[in-house]
Amino acid sequence: MAAELLKIEHLQKSYDSHVVLKNLSLFVDEGEVLVVVGPSGCGKSTLLRCINALEPVQGGRILLRGRDIHENEKNLPKLRQQIGMVFQSYELFPHKNIMDNIILAPIIVQKRKREEARQEAMELLARVGLENRANDFPRQLSGGQKQRVAIVRSLIMHPELLLFDEVTAALDPEMVREVLDVLLDLARQGRTMIIVTHEMQFARAVADRVVFLDKGKIVEESAPEAFFSRPQTERARRFLDTFSFETVRKSG
Amino acid sequence: MDIQVLRSYFPLFQTAAGLTVRLGAEGIFLALLVGLICAAVRYWKIPVFCQIASCYIEISRNTPLLIQLFFIYYGLPKVGIRTSPEICGVAGLAFLGGGYMAEAFRSGLEAVDSVQKESAFSLGLSKNQALLHVILPQAVSVSIPAILANVIFLLKETSVFSAVSLMDLMFTAKDLIGLYYSTTESLFLLVFFYLMILLPVSLLGTWVERRLRYAGFGT
Repeated sequence: MAAELLKIEHLQKSYDSHVVLKNLSLFVDEGEVLVVVGPSGCGKSTLLRCINALEPVQGGRILLRGRDIHENEKNLPKLRQQIGMVFQSYELFPHKNIMDNIILAPIIVQKRKREEARQEAMELLARVGLENRANDFPRQLSGGQKQRVAIVRSLIMHPELLLFDEVTAALDPEMVREVLDVLLDLARQGRTMIIVTHEMQFARAVADRVVFLDKGKIVEESAPEAFFSRPQTERARRFLDTFSFETVRKSG
Repeated sequence: MDIQVLRSYFPLFQTAAGLTVRLGAEGIFLALLVGLICAAVRYWKIPVFCQIASCYIEISRNTPLLIQLFFIYYGLPKVGIRTSPEICGVAGLAFLGGGYMAEAFRSGLEAVDSVQKESAFSLGLSKNQALLHVILPQAVSVSIPAILANVIFLLKETSVFSAVSLMDLMFTAKDLIGLYYSTTESLFLLVFFYLMILLPVSLLGTWVERRLRYAGFGT
C-alpha cells in the first residue's frame, strides 16, 4: 500500500449562502493520478483552490501528510511549496522572461543558488522541448508553450503534489496535445497529481482513479475503465453522453 | 523687456530653481514612499492601517497645499514642534503627494489580475515577495502615466512654498516685482524656469512610459 499523501475530510466550502462543496471527503495516495471530472460549476476548480489554500474553507480539514493546511497561516508559503499548481490561464509573469519566470521562486523562496537553479531550469525546459526559448518573454510564446513553461515553473520547486486546473481549456486543439503529453510523461514518472480536465480521452489514459463531481458532491469514484465504459449513476452517464455525437444523416 | 535686467536676474532665478528642484525632488520621493505604503496597506486590507490610510488619502487630496503648509508652519510650533521652512515645504509636499501617489499605485495594483497573485502564492511566495516581485512591477508600469502627472503637478505646487518664506522661483519673482517693478522680466524668467524644470520631466516620462510598454506586457 502506498502512503496517503493528501486526505480531505468533510470539506465544506461556500460563497456567502451558495454552497459549492458539500461535506466532501477524498484521499490521494503517493504516486497516484486522480482525475476530477464533472459539469462546469460543480466545484472542481474550487476543490483545487481549497487544496492550495487559495480559498478559506467553512468546515472540514485538508491534510497533507497528516498536517492540516489551514492550521497556521504563517506556514502557508512553506506548505504551498509542496503543492504545485498550474492554472488554466498559465499565469506566467509577463514582465519576466521565461528563465526568470522559472527561477524566481527557487531563488527567493528556497534560497537556491542562481546558477544551480538555471541549470535545473534548462534541464526541465529541455524535457518539454523549450530549451531554446529561455530568453524569450511570455508574450512571444504560444499558449501551449506558455502552459509547458508554467508546468516547468511548478516542477522546479520539487512539489510532492501537482494540481492541474483545466490546463488545456484555453488552448487551441492542436496545442492541447503537446501539453497533455507533458502530463502523461509526469504520470509515467510516478508523480502524484490531481487533474481537473474536460479531455475525456486523456482522463481515461492518464487516471489511476476518476472522481465525478456534481453540485459539490462526489457522485461517483472508480477506476477509469469502469467509469468511462460502465458509469454507475444516471448523472454520470448523462454527463459522458455530452461528449459523444451521433452521425448526422441529412434526409432529403 | 530689458536684456540687461534679464541677465542680472538670471543667477537669482538659478538659485531659486535649484531650491525648487531640490525640495520638489525630496518631497516627491517621500510622496512616492508614503503613497506606496498606503497603497500596499490598502491592497492587503490590513485592518486599522487600511482605514487610517483611506482617511489620510481623503484629507491630503481634498485640502489645498497652502492650507497644509500653514498647518505645518504655524500649527506645529503651537504644539511644540519647531521645524525649518525647508522641512515644512518637503513635509507639505509629501503629505499632499502621498495621497495622490497612493491612488496612482492603487489603480495599477487593481489592474493586475488577482490570479497573478495566486500564481505567485502557489509557488510559495509570501505576500511581500509576491507584491515586490510579481504584482508591483506590473502595477507600476500601469501607474506610470498617473505617477508622472502627479510629479508634474507636485512640482508646480511648489510655487506655494513662497508662502512659508522659502525663496523658491515664485518667491524670487514676487520679490523682484515688489522691489523694482520689473514685472515683465521677472514673469518671463519665472515661466522660463518652470518650463526648464518641467519639460524634461515630461519628456523623460513619455520615454519611460514607452519603454515600459515595450518591456513585454500583455499576454
